[in-house]
Amino acid sequence: MRVHPRWWVAAGFAVIAHTAVIAQELKVAPSTLVHAPMIQPPPAGEIEVLPIRGNIYALLGAGANIIASVGADGVLLVDAGTGELTDKVVAALAQLQREWSARNEPRPLGFGAETRSSVADRHIVAPPKPIRYIINTSSTRDHVGGNEKLRNTGRTFTGGNVANDIRDSMEGAAIIAHENVLVRLSQAPEGRPAPPADALPTDTYFNDLYKLSHFFNGEGVQLLHMPKASTDGDSIVYFRGSDVIALGDLMATESYPTFDADKGGSINGIIDGLNAVLDLAITEFRLEGGTMMVPGHGRIVDSGDVAYYRDMLTIIRDRIQDMVTKEMTLDEVKAARPAADYDPEYGRTPGWTSDMFIEAVYKSLGGGRTPPRPVRKK
Amino acid sequence: MSQMTRRLAFVVFASVVSVSPVLAQVDFSGEWAPRMWEDQPERVPGPDLGDYLGIPINDAARLRAEAWDASIQTLPEWQCRPHSADYIWRGPSQLRISKEVDPVSRDVVAFHAEWLRSVDRAIYLDGRPHPPADALHTWAGFSTAKWDGDILTVTVTHLKEGYLRRKGLPRSDQAILTEHWIRNGDYLTIVSIVNDPVYLTEPFIRTTDYELNLNQQIPPYPCGVVQEIDRKEGDVPHYLPGTNPYTKEFAIRHGLPVEATRGGAATMYPDFKEKLKTLPPAKQDGK
Ligand SMILES: [Zn+2]
Repeated sequence: MRVHPRWWVAAGFAVIAHTAVIAQELKVAPSTLVHAPMIQPPPAGEIEVLPIRGNIYALLGAGANIIASVGADGVLLVDAGTGELTDKVVAALAQLQREWSARNEPRPLGFGAETRSSVADRHIVAPPKPIRYIINTSSTRDHVGGNEKLRNTGRTFTGGNVANDIRDSMEGAAIIAHENVLVRLSQAPEGRPAPPADALPTDTYFNDLYKLSHFFNGEGVQLLHMPKASTDGDSIVYFRGSDVIALGDLMATESYPTFDADKGGSINGIIDGLNAVLDLAITEFRLEGGTMMVPGHGRIVDSGDVAYYRDMLTIIRDRIQDMVTKEMTLDEVKAARPAADYDPEYGRTPGWTSDMFIEAVYKSLGGGRTPPRPVRKK
Repeated sequence: MSQMTRRLAFVVFASVVSVSPVLAQVDFSGEWAPRMWEDQPERVPGPDLGDYLGIPINDAARLRAEAWDASIQTLPEWQCRPHSADYIWRGPSQLRISKEVDPVSRDVVAFHAEWLRSVDRAIYLDGRPHPPADALHTWAGFSTAKWDGDILTVTVTHLKEGYLRRKGLPRSDQAILTEHWIRNGDYLTIVSIVNDPVYLTEPFIRTTDYELNLNQQIPPYPCGVVQEIDRKEGDVPHYLPGTNPYTKEFAIRHGLPVEATRGGAATMYPDFKEKLKTLPPAKQDGK
């Protein structure tokens, strides 16, 4: 089609005018626009359930994110939340199991045989199967606070470290974690009572990895130790059939990662962990989707998001490392604002501010510990 | 005219009226070729390093852009990324828009847009809600649309992090994109408005044009990740603050004041012309 030049100029002006009107309408400070109104916000004080893939669900809102495998074998949980909303977690799990039963156990029509009738139980659903396993990705309270209550609502297949008394070996769900989680949890802080035995891991590992010795809900489940990450006892959990990874505190989508040097955590351990995750994950198409991941805190992510987070932490680490090498003091480093470009998104969490994160990174990289200068040989 | 004929004529007239567009909807489906009438140099060959003129960025965005090193594109996690929904209109590629029709109601329930290297960009017209806030973010984001007369107004949420310009100016995963799709005969104009609470102080508005092309065929674009550079595992290319040698290149080449090229909302408005007169043009360091 040949366009008459005058027509096109007119159309062009129309577009410009339209754009100007839109611009005028939008004289609102966009910094207050956090979510578009049509996005469903997470329900406050309630458990938000997001299906991830297959049997795997994320339960958000009870402290650290909880990942659940729900199916014929019962329930396996990654992390237990703080414990305050455990009743609601249990209710959400029961609902997921009912939905699973409705989807997966259709009752065939009965026919003429004494053992095949479907008349009597047509409206009856079997009770939800128990929580069998709880995996702790670290020893911090928001991940283990719900251990005791959740364990006691469950019932494992076999005994854990309690096999010396075989009578109670199946009481409660087994709690699996790296050995350092057990060590940390067993050491009650000064002046505080020792934690109840039922809150402690029943099955621990001290190598690089741990595998569940049999399929659970149709897939292998593997724990990989992330040494010196948020603590010295971190694990990521890999659901090998569903292709889902629970990241624990390697990542939080609304803040910088938390790590505790006093418990063996380090910034380099976090970055190494994220690189290990990227090695493990395979994307579906154009570097998104595929292996799905649930961070310890925040929204569902994939390799693309993890790569951005890894890039950010590596860049901030490199900047602070450079300052440490130049023997800058902590105050000088904070004043230089080495995370200023990421602070608007990640540095505003009360309780884990940009300054707190920078201080932790600085100390993690040996900042403030001026090494003795080498004596020059003549 | 007999009564019968008159009645028939009415039926014909009524049916013609009834097939004219309901609610003035417009068909956007077809093969569209990019027309680089706006900001051509930014699109091919690409934006200059350090040129943020007329973009309402904040200090955080500027600092991130200054740290950006083109070598980051060689990381395996970056090689096959497509442009995000907000930027891809400005990519140099051809565009295909197809429509999804409900076979029973014959309503257009979605448009799908694809480019040379893209992911499925679905724009839903069936009234479905956006996903929960904690759902996955993607390169295409999640788009719903409604008709404003014959303009289709699209709202995009759940975007993965992207960029305002493909040389380091970031756009965060918190951004909301609004689009107005406008068709004038064989011409398609997209008005794109990015609201980013992390990196923008005001909405960033662009228009981009396409022209209908009946002979167009978009080739496939398979992309394989390869090891491009032998570097230490975990290295991420970037410039430490104050070490990027290219930030003044654009200002010097065009004789512009450095302050103008730093961008920010003030550089979008006509008043800035007055200020421009008071600023010295950029010089090579040491001159
Ligand atoms: Zn945590």
